[in-house]
Amino acid sequence: MKEKLTEFIQSQWKDSLLPQRDINTNLLYFSIQKESLPTVVQTLKDHPEFAFTFLNDLTSIDWLGKREPRFEVVYLLRSPKNNHFRFQLRVPVGEGESVPSIAGIFPAANWPEREVFDLMGIPFSNHPRMERLIMPDNFVGHPLRKDYPLEGPGQDYLIEDLLTIHVEEDITG
Amino acid sequence: MVMYEKTAEHFGQKFKDLPEGHLLVNLGPSHPATHGILQNVIQIDGERVVDTESVIGYVHRCFEKLGERYDYNQFLVCTDRMNYVSTPLNNIGWILTVEKMMQIQVPDRVTYVRMIISELSRIMDHIICNGIMGVDLGAFSGLLHLFHHRENIYQILEKLTGARLTTTFCRVGGMERDIYPEFQSEIKLILKGLKPALDEFEELLIRNKIFNERTKGIGGISAERAIAYGFSGPNLRAAGVAWDVRKDDPYMFYDKVDFDIPVGEDGSALDRTLVRMEEMRQSMRIIEQLIDGIPEGPYHADVPHTFLPPKDRVYHNMEELIYHFKIIMPGVKVPAGEYYHATEAANGELGFYVVSEGEKSPWRVHVRRPCFWYYQAFPEMVKGGLLADTIATMSSLNVIAGELDC
Repeated sequence: MKEKLTEFIQSQWKDSLLPQRDINTNLLYFSIQKESLPTVVQTLKDHPEFAFTFLNDLTSIDWLGKREPRFEVVYLLRSPKNNHFRFQLRVPVGEGESVPSIAGIFPAANWPEREVFDLMGIPFSNHPRMERLIMPDNFVGHPLRKDYPLEGPGQDYLIEDLLTIHVEEDITG
Repeated sequence: MVMYEKTAEHFGQKFKDLPEGHLLVNLGPSHPATHGILQNVIQIDGERVVDTESVIGYVHRCFEKLGERYDYNQFLVCTDRMNYVSTPLNNIGWILTVEKMMQIQVPDRVTYVRMIISELSRIMDHIICNGIMGVDLGAFSGLLHLFHHRENIYQILEKLTGARLTTTFCRVGGMERDIYPEFQSEIKLILKGLKPALDEFEELLIRNKIFNERTKGIGGISAERAIAYGFSGPNLRAAGVAWDVRKDDPYMFYDKVDFDIPVGEDGSALDRTLVRMEEMRQSMRIIEQLIDGIPEGPYHADVPHTFLPPKDRVYHNMEELIYHFKIIMPGVKVPAGEYYHATEAANGELGFYVVSEGEKSPWRVHVRRPCFWYYQAFPEMVKGGLLADTIATMSSLNVIAGELDC
């Protein structure tokens, strides 16, 4: 399965494939250009032999300070027909760029794409409703980005500082 | 201080021009029938549901962000709070992922106990789902009848881990402590009592005419749509698709035990309940195959650089004290790489995707939580039905807010 799929993808989308990084992983993966993502997903879904009919997972990684471009959207597809074989499609995205949505191909991608937009700040084009999903509407920033402080925006103090402030405060008024 | 809130615009745009006679009903975020903080804004025409908008995020704690700060053993505590009805299943899913990344081979004894606890947790989860569903539809006695047995399982967990709800079961490389001497006999006693109780529950609730009529054909979804929406677990099997990670991609010793996958027909609320009933019986079957065969041996792998030494030895021996600090201060070292590991949790495929750069904390943790994927289909499932049926549909889906928002 692995060899067949590799051969198929390499012959079909020679120009869209990006050079692979060497990752120590348990999954087969391909890096592709974001423009050709919907075509690849649709073709693999409709293909009678491969039949990747199940979208298993959709997420994103922020590589701030490690790699260029900064983000990577990761799609995990599963083929129930071929012994539930899983493989990854990885789409590198730069800051401020958008990725074509696959919500039209897999309805399941609707919420996960909104989640990625909400928490990581990667917009998806042609999505039926690209709004925040989990965070409130008036929230500023994207919490899963590496440059977003864990304690919240503008509150990059440490717990120790918080304790000192509390002790020094004159509670008697 | 800024108040963050789900604004009216969040769902207002969709329901801007309501036709004459249509009403908006706000089900949740705090409603007795939602079990957790879930909000549904439902547009109704008389008693018929026209459109629904699910608003989620009220319990969001961003565990994925916390995972980038915590080390691998600390993140275990976060997994407790995902699906809080069957915590050990989440714990085991996470621990297995980290062990696979570090290529630790645990002794058979550990795997046996993990499998037994997994299946007990599955029973625990399904008791809650089916029992509470009865409560929502007006039958309280069924839940109480089974809850006694669920309490017994909680007591086993309490003896094993020291906690009932937030179990933090297992550590990287094994279990925190060995099982206690009466472990096997107590579980056998539970199974002995649970078997007739399940039959009684079925007679009491599921063969009840009112329950049957309120759930049969309600909130159904076809197999094709369920797959398109990324369903997994009992909800997918109720639609007639026999997928189970335990069979399709076996982990632990699930390929060595005998069990069947129950499937439903039309994916309706009744089918989901029946599938869960049968799954409890299959779980008991798995436990029965394992309980007598727990092999003797250590309760953790021989990995002193990863597994915390027992406390009584830490306090008296130099060697163990050093190891203790060597593990606590720099954390467990996981080699650089990526891993996706899927387990069959009570609600479906629970996957952990970990990106490690060889540091103390993972670079990125992502949890593929089953609730999040199938809850998307809720508006489609209740469309055109009665308002009262949304309650039956939601209860039978078993949406756990802690897992949904993560």
